[in-house]
Amino acid sequence: MVKEVERAGIPVVHICTVTPISMTVGANRIVPAIAIPYPLGNPTKSMEEEKQIRRKILLRSLEALSMEVSEQTIFEMK
Amino acid sequence: MSKLKVIHYINQFYAGIGGEEKADIKPELREGAVGPGAAFTAAFGDKAQITHTIICGDSYFNENLEKAKKEILGFVKKVKPDLFIAGPAFNAGRYGVACGTICDLVQSELGIPVITGMYRENPGAEMFKNSVYIVETNNSAVDMRNAVPKMAKLGLKIVKKEPIGASIEDGYLPNGVRVNFFDTDRGSKRAVDMLVKKLAGKPFTTEYPMPDFEKVPPNKAIKDMSKVTVALVTSGGIVPYGNPDHIESSSASKYGEYDITGVMDLTESTYETAHGGYDPVYANQDADRVLPVDVLREFEKEGKIGKLHHKFYTTTGNGTSTKSSKAFAKEFAQKLLYDKVGAVILTST
Amino acid sequence: MNLKLGYIQIRDIQFAKTSAIKDGVLNVNAKELEALVLEDENFASVKFDIARPGESVRIMPVKDVIEPRVKVSGDGDIFPGMISKVQTVGSGVTHVLKGAAIVTTGQVVGFQEGIIDMTGLGAEYTPFSKTLNLVVDFTPIKNLTPHKYEESLRKAGLRIAYEIGKLGKEITPDEVKEYEFLPLLESIAKYPNLPKVGYVQMLQSQGLLHDTYVYGIDMKLSLTTMLSPTEVFDGAILSGNCVSACDKNTTYHHQNNPVIEDLFEQHGKTLNFCAMIITNENVFLMDKQRSSDWTAKLTKYLGLDGAIISQEGFGNPDTDLIMNCKKVEEAGVKTVIITDEYAGREGTSQSLADADPAADAVVTGGNANQVITLPPLKKIIGSIGHVEKIAGGFKGNMAKDGSITVEIQAIIGATNELGFNRLSAR
Repeated sequence: MVKEVERAGIPVVHICTVTPISMTVGANRIVPAIAIPYPLGNPTKSMEEEKQIRRKILLRSLEALSMEVSEQTIFEMK
Repeated sequence: MSKLKVIHYINQFYAGIGGEEKADIKPELREGAVGPGAAFTAAFGDKAQITHTIICGDSYFNENLEKAKKEILGFVKKVKPDLFIAGPAFNAGRYGVACGTICDLVQSELGIPVITGMYRENPGAEMFKNSVYIVETNNSAVDMRNAVPKMAKLGLKIVKKEPIGASIEDGYLPNGVRVNFFDTDRGSKRAVDMLVKKLAGKPFTTEYPMPDFEKVPPNKAIKDMSKVTVALVTSGGIVPYGNPDHIESSSASKYGEYDITGVMDLTESTYETAHGGYDPVYANQDADRVLPVDVLREFEKEGKIGKLHHKFYTTTGNGTSTKSSKAFAKEFAQKLLYDKVGAVILTST
Repeated sequence: MNLKLGYIQIRDIQFAKTSAIKDGVLNVNAKELEALVLEDENFASVKFDIARPGESVRIMPVKDVIEPRVKVSGDGDIFPGMISKVQTVGSGVTHVLKGAAIVTTGQVVGFQEGIIDMTGLGAEYTPFSKTLNLVVDFTPIKNLTPHKYEESLRKAGLRIAYEIGKLGKEITPDEVKEYEFLPLLESIAKYPNLPKVGYVQMLQSQGLLHDTYVYGIDMKLSLTTMLSPTEVFDGAILSGNCVSACDKNTTYHHQNNPVIEDLFEQHGKTLNFCAMIITNENVFLMDKQRSSDWTAKLTKYLGLDGAIISQEGFGNPDTDLIMNCKKVEEAGVKTVIITDEYAGREGTSQSLADADPAADAVVTGGNANQVITLPPLKKIIGSIGHVEKIAGGFKGNMAKDGSITVEIQAIIGATNELGFNRLSAR
């Protein structure tokens, strides 16, 4: 899906746990997620902490969308 | 039952007209079988009959492509056969390309079933194996007696619209369509046999050749996120509670488009996942863990993004073919463009 | 380790007053088993039924299939760490009630359990249409969480299989097979000229409902490790799986792991089967990287020449498979991988979620998306309620006459990635 959105001319960031699959399917801006059943959360944490985790990943995603890339890039969490 | 009517396409060499020096002869329509046509007649028995043969020089065909195509198509239109066969071309390059080209044309223009045969390294094979059935032959005409019965059998199957078996069963070149079949040995034994061969440095054939994945160049970065409408897309199967469009838990045949105007947070009672490939408990408890509407609403308020698009797109990635998901995305990407969405956040589980 | 498997051929299963095996007929006292099951307070009720090959019976939703076995001599006991205490198994004598199976049904997640048809087209795709099945249909108490229900269901099935297996302890088997697995150095000394071959088995470990247990430990918590293949025959590896039916390994598949059987078949002839490695398929990328690193490290350390790598499940585990394959090949060990495909209903799509040129020797269990229509059958054991939602099903897939159109994904064991079946694709 990510490749088709990109092909249509819309910059897209792929948030996904298994980044190698993301590389294989051809995403260009990739942000690693937490785990497959909860990419943007962590049920072992409190709801507040979870939201902070989600915020961090999404802020990183906005950065990824704002950065020029020339090839497939994984934006590791800082 | 009357016999099916078959046209056979061959080159100047197999028609017995001559070799390279006669390769420039123009297309000609003859009644009855010529050359290898006799072998086909035998293979068809009482089921089908070659009523006409088209003969064309290989050089003529390739050098006067548009003219040759028109002339040959004209012959076929006139005869209206039930089946069109070409070759087999073995490893003859120009002949193979001619067989593939004309079969592809007859099939797509006239809707007449076609069959050809050639060696896997024939350039015509690479060009046409995904559009027409090409029976795999050896690299020389010595293989004629094996190739002809296979072509005849598969050709009749296609005419009668019988289910086509896997390439290895029906003897055609793999055409990108994966077909199941019951092999002689169980998988574990096939694996052990393959490993023994691989270890001994002997040739072995993989049952699934690895594909090449094509890449799309990245789009330009966004200069000012605070002015952009951002849309959420997910393959994690988040849907309104109750899954109103019945998106399948696996092998989804559709995607969902849902309005989130005024939705600030996804809750256990309003959203869930339809995805069957991962433990759904966490996504059902709080779908924001997959589709982060809550935080993006905050970003909207804080001016970090211009706007969160009022619709999100969703499907289940689980077992859903790449081809379907590609088709879904192609469709909703156009909707996103129409709605002036400037960026997409796509989440996967 | 030396293990003798004594196969007692079971010809029929009957309900009876006394549980016993007589002339190859397995007599079962259902009341006793019911009492055993209901010791677990999570069950409200339980029903027993028998499904034989060729009968017009559809069993769904199937949770697990288990083969009754009993330890006659040697250390430890069947299903160590789960039903019996933890002690190393895999040596001595074990009896197998061949041809019989315990099939548990119950709706844990709804869409992640599968179908077994005893006759018709569907029967061709599942190995359990050929076994005599004692089917146990559970009803849980209200409001039981899926995770607790899965655990109760898993243990109940194993306990029943364990109890029934015991009936074979004193019976003289019809056939005995002997398996010998030597310490690495001895094995190499014994077969100095044969290539050293290992088996890397990947175990589903995606989360609470997609898990595999080894000696009672949840495999997602384990590092890649090793064991003797004979231990697997004694139930060291167990399914705790609720995932697409076609390519999850039931406990029966583990007990009869065909890769192990076929490697033993060639052992001492064309190869030296001298190692078995088990690894997991976790949901965190870090785990995937660590586990595949470990797999490659072990194959290299053991000095293997070749390895068969089998996958379980599909989707993100395709990445674990490709990582394992690539890293093991980079370690200089030649690989053959066993997987299955999701090439779409038309068969024209990409079969795997991941790919790499290193995976040049692939065995496939077939395309799980192939659509088939199962004929109406006279008797349903379990319930047909979730047939639209089952993985491989779709809205409106049940016709008025009771026939069901599904992808073979919905059929138990249809595209098994241990290579249990003859099904393949090209």
